[in-house]
Amino acid sequence: MPSSEAIRDLVAACVGQVGAPVTALRKIVDTHGHIEDEHVRIVADVFNLSLADVRGIVSFYADFRTSPRGRKHIRICQAEACQSVGSRALTKEMTEALGIALGDTSEDHAVSLDGVYCLGLCASGPCAMVNERILVHATREELLR
Amino acid sequence: MSRVLVPNEALANALGANELARELQVRGHEVIRTGGFGLAWLEPMLVIDGEAYGPVQDLDALDAVALGPLAKLPELVRQQRIVFDRCGHVDPMDYDPSWLLEQLEREPREIIEEIKASGLRGRGGAGFPAHIKWQTVSDAVCETGAPQKYIVVNADEGDSGTFADRLIMEGDPFRLIEGMMISGHATGADKGIVYLRSEYPLAAEIFANAMEKAKALGLLERFDIELFIGAGAYICGEETSMLESLEGKRGEVRFKPPVPAVAGLFGQPTLVHNVITLCSVPGILDMGGKAYAEIGTGASTGTSTFQLAGNIKRGGLYELPFGISLRELVEDWGGGTRTGRPFGAVQVGGPLGAYLFERHLDTPLGYEDMAALDAGIGHGGLVVFDDTIDLVQQAHYAFAFCAHESCGKCTPCRIGSVRGKEAVAALASGEYTEDRLEVIDELCDLMEQTSLCQMGGMTPIPVRSALGEALSRKGEVN
Repeated sequence: MPSSEAIRDLVAACVGQVGAPVTALRKIVDTHGHIEDEHVRIVADVFNLSLADVRGIVSFYADFRTSPRGRKHIRICQAEACQSVGSRALTKEMTEALGIALGDTSEDHAVSLDGVYCLGLCASGPCAMVNERILVHATREELLR
Repeated sequence: MSRVLVPNEALANALGANELARELQVRGHEVIRTGGFGLAWLEPMLVIDGEAYGPVQDLDALDAVALGPLAKLPELVRQQRIVFDRCGHVDPMDYDPSWLLEQLEREPREIIEEIKASGLRGRGGAGFPAHIKWQTVSDAVCETGAPQKYIVVNADEGDSGTFADRLIMEGDPFRLIEGMMISGHATGADKGIVYLRSEYPLAAEIFANAMEKAKALGLLERFDIELFIGAGAYICGEETSMLESLEGKRGEVRFKPPVPAVAGLFGQPTLVHNVITLCSVPGILDMGGKAYAEIGTGASTGTSTFQLAGNIKRGGLYELPFGISLRELVEDWGGGTRTGRPFGAVQVGGPLGAYLFERHLDTPLGYEDMAALDAGIGHGGLVVFDDTIDLVQQAHYAFAFCAHESCGKCTPCRIGSVRGKEAVAALASGEYTEDRLEVIDELCDLMEQTSLCQMGGMTPIPVRSALGEALSRKGEVN
């Protein structure tokens, strides 16, 4: 887990770039998995923004999660192209199989189940991601494996 | 030893292209990682000494998936690939800048004249004539001295059923760099920013490599390019929301006017274009604006990169002249539904696009023809459904998506989408009352007329088309 100093360095390295506060927050999520209060304070401090400004940015973008995700992160596309080939049924099967709702993480942090709006593989749905791996023609069995 | 083209493209890779490339190398073949051809049902597709194979599962059973010579593959040769002419055929990093450098010697005014003659309209969805934006940015002056003009590329391809931006950025990133640099030269902008969505990591990696290559070629000395990765917000595909996001803020839409061409990024004159609009520019300059304008139909000139998606047998990207009918795309090119069930509906132009039905299929795909059906082409995506489509559920989804993605700045979109979602949910539970239908109708009017941007303004399009059809069918049953 990166230290506060490491996070501060990461954030400071974005200064001067276009859209820097957004990029800094994305880098925190990329390295740490989610954004903590401490990180919000660091971003506010580095960019001379108010805490409210930074919290506002965090709450706006779907990628900026504020709670840790499960070790296995399953994301199923919820958009129309995947709906047309059964993503609603697949999502329901997964919530039942995992015993958690869409958007939730299991209590033991083993697995998170999220929706995603389009991976751009729309002729080969239903599409999903397990951690960084992309699945097309996704099935319950494959997602649970 | 053979020369083998293996796509390095997100779909092909999900289906095993990386593993195939490794195995081919182990066997001693010359492997060239190219872009994808966009023929989704044939991926992973290999080209071995000019012969095409796909979908390839097993390198020792290629005969079963032989497609014949690539140069004669009907699914490619019947297209008119202007934007995608190089994509799939070449290693995207193998780039010779001499043509681009020639173009950058041309008079800016002459380039804008070519764009005007071509009739090029924005491919992101609005269909606005490109040359007007170019001229506006070109003419822009600033009270405080010379303005810093920007080219902003909209690669926040969030519409379900679309993947043209992804395919070109993965397969021919220099086509986009050409479009950016030429438009920058023509308008006087020397800085370009690509706003790419975070769901496209491979496109980000390949485009970043292309930027390195461009730098090594000395191209970035005259035009600076920056790549910005979004953070999962559909609304950031709206141009002013995108500019806010690029300024590091919440992606809340701005009031217009001023339009971005007058006061855009950091208040400076900014040319905002979709990826495919800019990627159409090199082809236009190559063949001449007048020749380009002869392709297509009426005021919809040139080619569109149609993307056939959803429940479809032969899905993928087909670059064809405007004017092709929905039926030709869905039936001839697409081969009908993947499930084999009867066609149910096609949503054209993403989540804010209309649901169209059997009786609409002979409509030509042109901006005006679609507008006559209260529909649009959007970014060229078509999502096909079979006859099991639940239209009330799709109308509910349209409101729910708007509620989920609304930036929250204007009330009609922020609250209207939630109230609409509730009203359609009540309909779905069987409460078909006149009152409720009237509420939905009024809500749609209100959102159309008073929303700040097209998110709220166009959500009524899928709602009305889906719900209208559902109700008329219900009427026939009763």
